[in-house]
Amino acid sequence: MAFYVVQFLTGLASAASLFLVASGLSIIFGVTRIVNFAHGAFYMIGAYIAFTLTERLSGAFGFWGAIVAAAFAVALIGIIVEMVLLRRIYHAPELFQLLATFGLTLMVEDLVVLIWGPDDLVGRRAPGFRGAIDFFGQNIPSYDLFLIVLGPVVLGILWLLFQRTRWGVLVRAATQDRDMVAALGVNQKWLFTSVFAVGVFLAALGGALQIPRDAVHHAMDLRIIVEVFVVVVIGGLGSIIGAFVAAVLVSELNAFGILIFPKISIILVFLVMAAVLIVRPWGLFGRPEAPARKTPGLTVNPWRPLTSNERLAALAALVVAATLPLFAGNYALTVGSEIAISVIFAVSLHFLMSVGGLASFGHAAYFGLGAYGVAFLAKMAGLPMIGCLLLGPLLGCMGAAVFGFFAVQLSGVYFAMLTLAFAQIVWSIAFQWVSVTGGDNGILSIWPEKWAASPSHFYWLALGVSALVTIALRAMVFSPFGYALRATRDSLLRSEAVGINAKRIQWTAFVIAGTTAGIGGALFAYLKGSVFPDNLGISLSVDALVMVLLGGVETVSGAVIGAIVYKALNIWLVSQTDLSKLVLGGFIVLIVVVFPKGIVGMLEMLAQRRRKTSPPGSPLLAKPIESAE
Amino acid sequence: MRAKNYFVGAAFALLASGMAHSALAQDIKIGEINSYSLLPAFTEPYRKGWQLAVEEINAAGGINGKKLVVISKDDGGKPADAQTAANELVSSEGVAMLTGTFLSNIGLAVSDFANQKKVFFLAAEPLTDAITWSKGNKYTFRLRPSNYMQAAMLVEAASKLPAKRWATIAPNYEYGQSAVAVFKKLMSEKRPDIQWVDEQWPPQGKIDAGPVVQAVAAANPEAILNVTFGADLVKLVREGNTRGLFKGREVVSFLTGEPEYLDPLKDETPEGWIVTGYPWYSIKTPEHDAFLKAYQAKYNDYPRLGSIVGYQTIKSAAAILAKAGSTDPEKLIAAAEGLSMPSPFGEITFRKIDHQSTLGAYVGKTALKDGKGVMVDSSYKKGADYLPGDAEVEKLRPKD
Repeated sequence: MAFYVVQFLTGLASAASLFLVASGLSIIFGVTRIVNFAHGAFYMIGAYIAFTLTERLSGAFGFWGAIVAAAFAVALIGIIVEMVLLRRIYHAPELFQLLATFGLTLMVEDLVVLIWGPDDLVGRRAPGFRGAIDFFGQNIPSYDLFLIVLGPVVLGILWLLFQRTRWGVLVRAATQDRDMVAALGVNQKWLFTSVFAVGVFLAALGGALQIPRDAVHHAMDLRIIVEVFVVVVIGGLGSIIGAFVAAVLVSELNAFGILIFPKISIILVFLVMAAVLIVRPWGLFGRPEAPARKTPGLTVNPWRPLTSNERLAALAALVVAATLPLFAGNYALTVGSEIAISVIFAVSLHFLMSVGGLASFGHAAYFGLGAYGVAFLAKMAGLPMIGCLLLGPLLGCMGAAVFGFFAVQLSGVYFAMLTLAFAQIVWSIAFQWVSVTGGDNGILSIWPEKWAASPSHFYWLALGVSALVTIALRAMVFSPFGYALRATRDSLLRSEAVGINAKRIQWTAFVIAGTTAGIGGALFAYLKGSVFPDNLGISLSVDALVMVLLGGVETVSGAVIGAIVYKALNIWLVSQTDLSKLVLGGFIVLIVVVFPKGIVGMLEMLAQRRRKTSPPGSPLLAKPIESAE
Repeated sequence: MRAKNYFVGAAFALLASGMAHSALAQDIKIGEINSYSLLPAFTEPYRKGWQLAVEEINAAGGINGKKLVVISKDDGGKPADAQTAANELVSSEGVAMLTGTFLSNIGLAVSDFANQKKVFFLAAEPLTDAITWSKGNKYTFRLRPSNYMQAAMLVEAASKLPAKRWATIAPNYEYGQSAVAVFKKLMSEKRPDIQWVDEQWPPQGKIDAGPVVQAVAAANPEAILNVTFGADLVKLVREGNTRGLFKGREVVSFLTGEPEYLDPLKDETPEGWIVTGYPWYSIKTPEHDAFLKAYQAKYNDYPRLGSIVGYQTIKSAAAILAKAGSTDPEKLIAAAEGLSMPSPFGEITFRKIDHQSTLGAYVGKTALKDGKGVMVDSSYKKGADYLPGDAEVEKLRPKD
């Protein structure tokens, strides 16, 4: 019995650290609607700075002073980031801020290694909380007890802050309806900055408090960020109490789950999230989002099919791309194939995100399923390459059909997080089912047959497929189905009023996007000759998001450019510099500031301005820019 | 629409293929790939190790009079990126062979690439048994003692312990799973009386140490096998110390004696664990002294195990290239099979039967000295003594 009590308390201690970080994320999202990918980075910097300070300062006051000072220091960094970077892009399309914070995260990961070195750092234990307390023969670390008390204390302070101060009232009001708050004349700039600072402070405090029990290292951010997102979503976005309950729920399920299924930790949070979201689409304590008042900025620049001149230009570009094997070497051709596959992957997500308004955080699942489909067919059934390429993507199609059915019942960030949960579930199946998938050692030796084996042939194959896929998806955008899908995106109520079955249309779009991603995955398996769980992983899903956002989410085919720029730059930087994350992150942040509508979105805007100012018979310059759309 | 895009793509690709041609045509180039950005704690000392080796080789006149150049790439911890890098090294840099890799899945991906493209590959670090056995191929050799070998070394010591009730804690991925599987198998062969009372599988890098320690303690084992390392190990040890998990229990632990993993523990180092590792401070052989002196002179830092692996990888590659007198992969394979050479740990041989080197490891016990973790009572275990017999290996490895 004593054992179960202690296990319960241990779970509570884990919950407390999770809650601190999650509450910060929840507040930030609730008010600013920023999906703050850099939250984990702030957590990590908090730990690093606290480590340095606790090593310098001595005594109990020194230790606790250092923890708090570290949190304040990081909050200051947060304020600077908000004022210099995020403030410029609040008006950008939804999720674009995700790109900025993703760039920041990349930079921080390299920076901490540059500043603090590559070794894992182990800080000191908290003065007064070094040992353990005996509980009927079981030991409970006293630091755990401290955390167990701290969690509710922070919850209480936040509650008082939100219920008893004017600032808290404004924050709650903004969480519920931020347009109304703005209309009432509240200074939003100040409100956003202060909320961001509080959220970052909590993240950094959570990181600093890990010093006595964890090692400080450069991958801490990734370890926590996804879990924290999950906790926030289970609890309901913007709800502090929800975050607390979700943190306790997840931690306790883990503490007791490992007694029965020792391998459960790897997937538990995602199972819980999927279950909660299917039953309660807005999390445990969340409320349905108010219907959006303004139509997205799409009306400014209505989509139209390419003119015949633009079609010729696109065709010419394709022909030029097809001549690459005449002058480029094998390596350049293989990189070209990889870029073409990225284009397929990116346009498939773009179709779902831009046309359907459904941002998936787990799109890699269908890419990876396509790849695994090929691997199974080639290795187990021994099918020829053509057969594998045709049938392999069906696995992605089936996955999308099943998961898409549940996912499209939700919208916004909840939709995104449910797709993430499904992707992680698929990933963990690939990871754990060693006898079928080979686990993390993957499935090897899926090389193309002779007719496609040479780099130039494979490049032509990848290029051809990516061109076909792009054209097909574009055609779909301007088909009746595409118009119906756009209608569900722009106004769910109105589209249903005119008789569009929104859920079915969205589900169909999800399956189309998943199958297309599967086609990319199938080619990828042959390009690399192997399949690994990585092909289904979070980082690949994030890559796809970044490519779409970089190209411009409000464009018809911006993802093509986004994919080419991001993938080419990524491959090139990794090859050329040891600080590829720092440079790539810096580049992304720069793009975000300079092109707040994405690269293609911005070019389009410039072209349009030009068209307005210049005489008819548009000047030569505008043509390639238009054709970039 | 696609006009710009493909031009940009082509331009980048051309730029990428055109750069980094600083090496001269008559130089011998080796392509090296490792997870520099993902695992800097291990790969930074590793890099220093191979850089020292390159310097020594070229100072001694290079390889048959030709200068040795190592072109190094980061794989970011992703198998797909490692293949892109391998492709660049082979197709556009024209390297004579590939070396490196840390993670098992990346090692396997590059090994499969090497087999497909018929390129010689010397795997440095990956521990998985598959790379030389179940998924072995004729183009792939491996330097570091494998999972099986390290398990066998630990079992030798562990089987002498009186403990009968054992629990295991291992990261939930291939390395952890196969380490536990081999250890259990070898242990149960020697000691049929042993019971396995609990197993914990925390996700790699994400251990929730409190509940794990508590769960293991509840099973009340007499001895524990640990396979976690890095940040997970730190958390496990801290929780275990506070909750008294290790008190009165024997612990056998993979890799924990390596300075990379032992040093961060500082004054929290648990005492008396039986570990594999690298006690650079207590190895007194002329080969190692020479290495240690050169390393400390160049870097003003002490070597980690990664330094040894990096150093010996390039030294081995050079020895193979020198003996082959050619960069033809088939000749390299012929030269490497059965080739013996000196190393800081004494003479090693690349076995013909499975392309595994006989580099060994040190087994000893952890102890606290001046607030730091050290390995004591350590002895060198030759790799050759801990590999299964030839008949068994032939069964494990597919025919070329």
